[in-house]
Amino acid sequence: MIPELGHFSLILALAVALVQGTLPLLGAARGDDRLMALGRTAALTQAFLVVLAFAALTQAYVTSDFSVANVVANSHSAKPLLYKISGVWGNHEGSMLLWALILALFGAAVAIFGAGLPDTLRARVLAVQALIGVGFLAFLLFTSNPFERVSPAPLDGNGLNPLLQDPGLAFHPPLLYLGYVGFSVTYAFAIAALLEGRVDAAWARWVRPWTLAAWCFLTLGIALGSWWAYYILGWGGFWFWDPVENASLMPWLAGTALLHSAIVVEKRDALKSWTVLLAILAFSLSLLGTFLVRSGVLTSVHAFAQDPARGMFILGFLLLVTGGGLALYAWRAPQLQGGGLFQPVSREGALILNNLLLCTLAATVLLGTLYPLFLDLLTGNKVSVGPPFFNATFVPICAPLFAALCVGPYLGWKRAELWPALMHLRVAFIAAVIAAIVAATAIDGRATLAALAFGFGVWLILGSLIELAQRLVRTGFRLPPRAALGMTIAHAALGVVVLGAVGTGAWNSELMQTMKPGDRASFRGFEVTLERVENLQGPNYVAERATLRLSVGGKPYTTLQPERRLFTLQRRQVAETAIHTNLLRDLYATLGEGSAASGWVIRLYYNPLAPWIWLGAALCALGGFVSLSDRRLRIGAPSRTRPVVQAAE
Amino acid sequence: MTPKRKRLWLVVGSLAVLGFAATLVLTALNDNIVFFYSPTQIAEKKIPPERRFRMGGLVEAGSVKKSADGQETRFRVTDTHKTVDVVYRGLLPDLFREGQGVVAEGSLGADGVFVAREVLAKHDENYMPPEVAKAIKDAGQWKDGKK
Repeated sequence: MIPELGHFSLILALAVALVQGTLPLLGAARGDDRLMALGRTAALTQAFLVVLAFAALTQAYVTSDFSVANVVANSHSAKPLLYKISGVWGNHEGSMLLWALILALFGAAVAIFGAGLPDTLRARVLAVQALIGVGFLAFLLFTSNPFERVSPAPLDGNGLNPLLQDPGLAFHPPLLYLGYVGFSVTYAFAIAALLEGRVDAAWARWVRPWTLAAWCFLTLGIALGSWWAYYILGWGGFWFWDPVENASLMPWLAGTALLHSAIVVEKRDALKSWTVLLAILAFSLSLLGTFLVRSGVLTSVHAFAQDPARGMFILGFLLLVTGGGLALYAWRAPQLQGGGLFQPVSREGALILNNLLLCTLAATVLLGTLYPLFLDLLTGNKVSVGPPFFNATFVPICAPLFAALCVGPYLGWKRAELWPALMHLRVAFIAAVIAAIVAATAIDGRATLAALAFGFGVWLILGSLIELAQRLVRTGFRLPPRAALGMTIAHAALGVVVLGAVGTGAWNSELMQTMKPGDRASFRGFEVTLERVENLQGPNYVAERATLRLSVGGKPYTTLQPERRLFTLQRRQVAETAIHTNLLRDLYATLGEGSAASGWVIRLYYNPLAPWIWLGAALCALGGFVSLSDRRLRIGAPSRTRPVVQAAE
Repeated sequence: MTPKRKRLWLVVGSLAVLGFAATLVLTALNDNIVFFYSPTQIAEKKIPPERRFRMGGLVEAGSVKKSADGQETRFRVTDTHKTVDVVYRGLLPDLFREGQGVVAEGSLGADGVFVAREVLAKHDENYMPPEVAKAIKDAGQWKDGKK
């Protein structure tokens, strides 16, 4: 009964979305207030209906309703509650429903918080948002209905992929989708602006909070995914330049560029046409990411159950969204004239450089990711483009970006002098050079590039903090606007990420050894003893757990207990790593296969600065949220005081 | 500065960055592409030793052997037409199993044994790498419905 209710509300939501996608547009074109006002009601109704559908599916999962095919395929009665819930989006149909849910919630959020928007703009934004919704709801209903029944109902389900039964991955998809789908609002604003034929500072002020919110969530989502890969895949890496990872990185890069160019539109009324284009591209890249992940056209280590036929639908939708958006852009963008003039050396100039480099980075990733596809189509050769390609392209382009990043905030709008800005940063520069030299000589003489990158990390952190310190001194220690504070946090956080990546990537060490209980090994100054390996019984798995005692100079230091879980239902093994961190380095242990007779294969990693990667990414998102809380960015400010953040979703 | 000069600056700047990026990309693609070969193609082509490439197919049933210390694994990969011997030192991904699809990256040793430096982990047991599916299809042994 309840699954049918969910199914029906999904159908109703599609009907409402069709209305919401057409009538307000008509109303905006004719100046009909009643039709325009419909958009708001429809957006709220649509959100309510999709929430209902999502709740119905969640109910089926939580109560283990095995008459629903989707639950049978992806759940099991013995699964812990958290994974019953996360199982809702741990499969194709459910994850698409989650996508539709977040899309509808964003639409409702625009309807609620967009009260201060001009009527025509709001009507058009909601209509475009609804049209995207039509695509996804139709996709769900016609190709991936999550509410399909099976008869007779089996007694139990097939269980969720054991790798997904992990707290990190339970929250990774919702965060990532909040990011991906958040860019749909920006896209809707861009299309609406093109339809209106007007982009001004007010428009940029409305768009920025949505972009910023989406960007923060995307940052968190990517970081969580990377963290998950780090501790669950058991090889100590955090980023593999895999197509699925790249798929999330591209919208992030475009979104970062968009964040910065929107500032120029807001402050200086310039770069309008470019910003609109970026908004279209950022969402297109989000859709491309969804397509790459869902269709399985590229070999990925993170590939989950996929279906090429459904991929074709997303591809068609992607072409429609991108092609339609770009066609409209080509037609209407020339009308977006104007803007303040500026010198090449100025804040505007710096932000253009930022955009240029970020877009080049995104293009590089795009090329590297899609190249195997092109080559396959053209020549039939199967190739893969791996980390060496990205290290040779992505990393060098980052260098000028990082170098310029600290200088930009010192440049004034319109025109500025480069030399005084550089003089402000001389301390940071000297410190960075010293850090690079120390890294090159003291830590690892061979890794010159790593030392250079280490210097850049120090430069980013110090450069950002010094700018903040000088600003504080200048203003008599009055806290700067939250937007500026957020910028400093995010920029410095980038430096933290760089340091973490360099530390883990270049200076890690590992030990692989076959050990029997009682065996000893020495690793990076630690005495490692395998005390015992015991069998454990989990809720839906059995496990072998090794107890490794680490001591320094005879004194006990810590105990690591890596596990190897065998999920009885799927007959699948999953290694559970044990990590000891002191925030400066991770000690990381995995347990391989083995037996009492032959011993167990133990793998130990020493990853310097590894926690900084995720710490930095979280700080980066925090910077975004701080900036988001700036009064100026609240929609309808200063008359309304409700915050724009949709964190509760 | 006139709008025209400004635009000129922008164009020059953009071209410089894009040119730089294009150069990097082209040289990197030249050096860093990793080709994928099926066991049949490996048998047909003379791939020089030490050249890095990817290969894949099904792990042949009954072929997986561990060394005494448990750290080295030898197995055979087949596309149902030809097979290749593979040796790998390290922990195998959780989903590595006989009869399952596998993709490995490495190079051929002088003795014709493929020395894998990386065995790609899959997160989903129902997932078949497209290259492996194609390799088996090309060998004429693909059964539909076995996804």
